Amino acid sequence: MTYPMIELTDVTRTYPGGVAALQSVSLRIRHGELAAIVGPSGSGKSTMLNVIGTLDRPTSGTIHIDGYDVSTLSDGQLSALRATTIGFVFQSFHLAAKVSALDNVADGLIYTGLRRAERRRRAAAALDRVGLGHRMDHEPHELSGGERQRVAIARAVGGDPPLVLADEPTGALDSVSGTGVMELLHELNASGTTILIITHDREIAAGLPRQVRMRDGRIVEDSAAEPRGDAWRRHAGSGVA
Amino acid sequence: MMAGVRGGGHWGGGEVVRPKPSPARMRLADVMRVGAVGLRTRPLRAFLSALGIAIGIAAMVGVVGLSSSSGAELDRTLSALGTNLLTVSSGTTLMGEAAQMPQDAETMIERIGPVERASSVGKISEAKVYRSERIPEAQTGGISAYATSLDLPGTVGATVRSGTWLNAATERYPAAVLGAVTAQRLGVGAAGPDVQIIVGGARFTVVGILHPVALATDLDNGVLVGWPVAESRLGFDGHPTTLYTRSEEAKLESVRQVLAGTANPEAPNEVDVSRPSDALAAKQATSQAFANLLLGVGAVALLVGGVGVANTMVISVLERRAEIGLRRSLGATRGQIRSQFLSESLLLSAMGGSGGILLGMGVTMGYAFYSGWPSVVPAWATVGGLVATLLIGAVAGLYPAVRASRLSPTEALSTP
Repeated sequence: MTYPMIELTDVTRTYPGGVAALQSVSLRIRHGELAAIVGPSGSGKSTMLNVIGTLDRPTSGTIHIDGYDVSTLSDGQLSALRATTIGFVFQSFHLAAKVSALDNVADGLIYTGLRRAERRRRAAAALDRVGLGHRMDHEPHELSGGERQRVAIARAVGGDPPLVLADEPTGALDSVSGTGVMELLHELNASGTTILIITHDREIAAGLPRQVRMRDGRIVEDSAAEPRGDAWRRHAGSGVA
Repeated sequence: MMAGVRGGGHWGGGEVVRPKPSPARMRLADVMRVGAVGLRTRPLRAFLSALGIAIGIAAMVGVVGLSSSSGAELDRTLSALGTNLLTVSSGTTLMGEAAQMPQDAETMIERIGPVERASSVGKISEAKVYRSERIPEAQTGGISAYATSLDLPGTVGATVRSGTWLNAATERYPAAVLGAVTAQRLGVGAAGPDVQIIVGGARFTVVGILHPVALATDLDNGVLVGWPVAESRLGFDGHPTTLYTRSEEAKLESVRQVLAGTANPEAPNEVDVSRPSDALAAKQATSQAFANLLLGVGAVALLVGGVGVANTMVISVLERRAEIGLRRSLGATRGQIRSQFLSESLLLSAMGGSGGILLGMGVTMGYAFYSGWPSVVPAWATVGGLVATLLIGAVAGLYPAVRASRLSPTEALSTP
């Protein structure tokens, strides 16, 4: 790959009232990386996730996701980009109540245009992948917190997106479940998915190959570690923008 | 650097020559499935707001159905009875006294070309009717005795419920045929040689009982005896009081114009000419006006139901902000969010509408069956009801759907 998965150039996001959540941030994350954006609350990391996830547009600066200049895409095109390229994992899971794990994952693929049978097939495969093959018929209230987050991860990766954005994925979990979820994210990364984890937990961040520290809307430190993985990826570039 | 498909010079933040992603179209089944999510997760609320629509539609379909059923019944009655019956009855003189028609009025009327048949009855005012001699004289029960021509049943469409009609023999003897109401008042269940009543002080044998006569309701309260026996035993003067005529349908109006003059050439103003089927139709028109009022009430109920759906949709959008945010993150476009809530609203009102149509049809069929009417629910009422509900669903869902689609995904997601 000759271009990074995520590329932010001088990105600023100012909210009405003058609060600058991001101030001239530049960041480049290559395909196949597993990185943490870590910082205390109010550091701008959630805004970072939103602009990278194309849920929010920057006030200035340019963002490239998977090579696309986000500012040139319409709402519909951005939606399509999210449907095919980005998987989201949220702290509070956002699973539909009274809907089986399988359908929760399958319904996550509804905007990809796949047929229902294919959606369910892929959902079953994704649930297998996260180790919940035996819980497909369970509804969210019948699952533990860790299992719910695994369902949410299965939903995020059901469409095989090259990029997964996880917002405090272990924030609502006990440490054992949290560790399990982190292991799962490592496994997904090992199979080639670029994963960006937003967290305030330094310990979790420390377990990842690369940490980007934020404070007051700026990047204050970037470990800029080489991405794990194969030699063919390594030649792609020198790293930090 | 690799020789990639995207060419070189990317590092400046450069361009990638690839088609831009375009959102996939959702299949109709998927749109429906997503639209039904809200109904599935909150079935009681969905049921209640659909009920509002259902009541409105049921009221309208029921009112239309009942009035068309009673209309169909009237048509059936009229086509059985015929609408070509004209009645001539003696009215009052200028001085306000009861007028008399000439004795040969019937013969004169039969000479009018288009008149197909004519029959007459003459009220015998002096002859009071009692069940037996023991009944006090004052208790006449509002029953009148009539002398009748033998061809009366064919002209007015009267049929015999029990016994027989008068014939050339019995019309000379004290034999009587009772109207439906009379038989009930006197407590006579069936005709027979041993059933006797008192008419004008003499015993008369009840030879027959009539069904109610729709076009000559006066006869229901009457006791009919032969013309000769009325003259010989009851002191009947031979003047007919009411003439019934059947004419060619096409020339009914012209017959009507000459009827008064023919029946009573000396004083045409002293007779009243009427068309009994008009009275039935007028009664129908009155109930139609009432039905229109009920239809308006149904429309108001429907409107209130529509407001209920709109209210449900607004609340649904407020409650499901997190879901909307999630769907946006999963790749739903604004249009797809809009169509989700629009289709939810349409489903909701379509459910209510079809339930209401079934309910309305059920009410119509039940009532029509109970009344012995043919049950008719016009197709336009069914189709119109469905179209109305879909329109209401679209209008009620539009604003909430647009609001949902305009929601910023980040704000929606940050809702707990």
